[in-house]
Amino acid sequence: MNFDQRLQNVSVLGAAGKMGSGIALLLAAEMAKAKNLPENEGTKYRLNLIDVNDDALDGLWVYLKAQLTKIGEKTTIILRNLYKDREDLVENFDIIPQFVDDAFSVIRVNTDLNMAKDSKVVFEAVIENKDLKVDLLKKLDNLCAKDTIYLTNTSSIPIHILNEEANLDGRIIGFHFYNPPVVQRLAELISCEKTIPELKEFSSELAKRLRKVIVSANDIAGFIGNGHFLRDGLFAISEAKKLAKDFSLPGGIYIMDKISRDLLVRPMGIFQLIDYVGVDVYQCISDTVDSYIEGENLKEELLKRMVDKKVLGGQRADGSQKDGFLKYEKGRPAGVYDIDKGEYKIFDPDGWTGELDKKIGDYPQGFYPWRKLLMDPKKNEKLSEFFKNLKAKDTLGAKLALAYLRNSKQIGQRLVDSKVANSADDVNKVLLNGFYHLYGPINNYI
Amino acid sequence: MRKPRKKVYATCGCNTISLGTGRKEFHPKKPRPGLEYYIQDAGKSVIAQINDPENIDEGIIANFMAARFNKQGNLAALIPTIHPSLEYKPHTRVEGACGSGGLGLLTSIKSVASEISDVVLTIGVEVQNTYKAIYGADILGGAGHYLSQRKNGHAYFFPGQFSDRAGACYEKFGYEYMRKGMASWYKQAVENARRNPKAQEYHNTAEDLFALGMTPPNPKAFVDHLNVYDCSKVSDGASALIFASEDGLKKIGVDKKDAIEVVGFGTAVADVTKLPEDLTIMSTTKKAVQKAYEMSGLGPEDIGVLELHDCFTIGGLLALEATGFVKYGEASAYVQEGKTNLNSEISTNATGGLIGFGHYTGGTGVRQAVDCVHQLTEKAGDCQVKINTDKPYALMISMGGNDRTVTAMIFKRAD
Repeated sequence: MNFDQRLQNVSVLGAAGKMGSGIALLLAAEMAKAKNLPENEGTKYRLNLIDVNDDALDGLWVYLKAQLTKIGEKTTIILRNLYKDREDLVENFDIIPQFVDDAFSVIRVNTDLNMAKDSKVVFEAVIENKDLKVDLLKKLDNLCAKDTIYLTNTSSIPIHILNEEANLDGRIIGFHFYNPPVVQRLAELISCEKTIPELKEFSSELAKRLRKVIVSANDIAGFIGNGHFLRDGLFAISEAKKLAKDFSLPGGIYIMDKISRDLLVRPMGIFQLIDYVGVDVYQCISDTVDSYIEGENLKEELLKRMVDKKVLGGQRADGSQKDGFLKYEKGRPAGVYDIDKGEYKIFDPDGWTGELDKKIGDYPQGFYPWRKLLMDPKKNEKLSEFFKNLKAKDTLGAKLALAYLRNSKQIGQRLVDSKVANSADDVNKVLLNGFYHLYGPINNYI
Repeated sequence: MRKPRKKVYATCGCNTISLGTGRKEFHPKKPRPGLEYYIQDAGKSVIAQINDPENIDEGIIANFMAARFNKQGNLAALIPTIHPSLEYKPHTRVEGACGSGGLGLLTSIKSVASEISDVVLTIGVEVQNTYKAIYGADILGGAGHYLSQRKNGHAYFFPGQFSDRAGACYEKFGYEYMRKGMASWYKQAVENARRNPKAQEYHNTAEDLFALGMTPPNPKAFVDHLNVYDCSKVSDGASALIFASEDGLKKIGVDKKDAIEVVGFGTAVADVTKLPEDLTIMSTTKKAVQKAYEMSGLGPEDIGVLELHDCFTIGGLLALEATGFVKYGEASAYVQEGKTNLNSEISTNATGGLIGFGHYTGGTGVRQAVDCVHQLTEKAGDCQVKINTDKPYALMISMGGNDRTVTAMIFKRAD
């Protein structure tokens, strides 16, 4: 079966979730385009979107409509060519809604797993729970044809475990999109030893069509992306706890979030990133990876305490950020959660955060926020100059930032040494494309 | 058209800011003022400069596509919202795509010249940030021929049209040569706009404008032969001024020294169902300018202030040739040498032009006339051109569509 035949009937499990909805969106757009190619005239396309949460499926509809319209608006040049023989479609005003309609025409939505029975490809994007995933994969394998292939979006569970426990004979591959799938350019591809070659080829072709940058990671829990993110975050928590002795825990969290954003020139501070991913999701990654990796403690009691208190972060249906380690106002951090008091301590530039800013100290010369450097063709030179100046500084902020940079580099190096990543370049590629860092962790700045 | 038997003056100009991307106060997702605000803002600023609005005999409003951008027709009936004294007076809306403003000026002049009115309030307005650029491109596409051109046109229809012109010029005169001229045009436009607090590029702080202008075109994301810096942006704004007879000036209490005189004009309209015969020439612009030169007995050597319709950098270069300031094919070199800069050989688009100031399409022609008033009466602030006695005239070109509906105007300070 070739790629285009497989694409004719695809199912997405967990389609109403954050990752599932994004994957559904990308596939719907791709199938709408395929459907309109002259050579595919008369071919039936089906994208089955399945989720246990019926209410969330309502939200999925709204999300897909808005996002498909955006895709249509961004790819109008291609669409005008695609619809060039449709005389009734003249303006962009005609063409973009037609594309959205065509995408919706392939979509079927339900809570019933049986919808997937004719699918040649199944994307699995349910919550990060091994037993649930195995259970679903087993059910699907009984339901679908024996040549159906499975792409799992797991970000941390080893693929060979899923393959063995669900008895899939290598018809599974890790296709790890980054959040949100429609924006993030990266997909991590993880084959287990048994993964059949056709599945690898299918995945590469799919990535190409979706214009994703592929990095192959080896089948070790956490892979590259979460392998780095998990340890990077745990380091920040441990540093925040050390700082807590002098500045209280909210103070420590404030400092680490600020230096990891500003002095490491990243798009978000580390605690903001954990909130973005979801404190509960982050804890789940931590538990999963910890259970497969020996000789390293990757658990953190603070995460459990946060989750127990239901301080979870994550996003609302409209994409806005929920409060987690930090409190958000208009999407920007505005306070820190004080776990002992069970309330947020609001930033006060004239008071406690102002004091902490003084302790962090001046930023070295050549400092630019991440956003300023993002499109700057001279960003490498500017970063180089900035980190040189950072090393010469004797402030608390500079010391913490340098330790953080060093740790990040060590994590990256360890991912290569332990054969999670095939090269330092792959580690850097993941952080550049999946996390929008301006530089890879394995660098010469430190 | 014959030269009017009596003198027609322009005075009391006002431009709003040109709002759109680039302005600090612009945010695509936040609410913005609408059509009514801009019409009233510009209109009231004009009224504030005269003794009594009761003396306004009629109003002309130039606009291109409010029917689609703002779902509003009957724009003439918005003029009375400016001031109660304008209620029940005769008002007219005129349209000629992006050349609407030029037609607004022409219509006003005709009315004064015919002695039907002594004082005409002329307004030009467009509020087009109501749609994303990809849809705005459809709406502006109405300046071409919908039936024969839109289906096969580019997603960004007008950039596509002028991209074809640029492509033809690359072929004829060389890619590097043309691109350098276009990048120089962009640089000059932004540098001029930085002196004009109302300009859309006033807040532009980019370091190397020429390098930005040289960005290679990317056909996958945009059109084949232009980059985004070659294009004027999407703008909201309005301009207004008064056209008056000599008696009219007295009636509204404006001193002649604060007015400019219309010494020549010409309008040429070409068949919109046809494409230009030679993409490297703006033949309709050439015709309109010739008419204005003939009516005034002047030529390029008499002009000290030049306002060209540079909706695209390539359009600016081709207009420079069509107006006779340089020979065919030489505009790029001329601009690269800085000869169109402020107070060089011919000060061109001193307030930023369409690329630097902004381009509220239907209002742009009126904006150009307002700038001519400011320049010739020496009220142009940091954008002021030094007016030499041997070149005391200002020339402006207002163009609609792909060189289809063009009005040229020549002014001098009233004496």
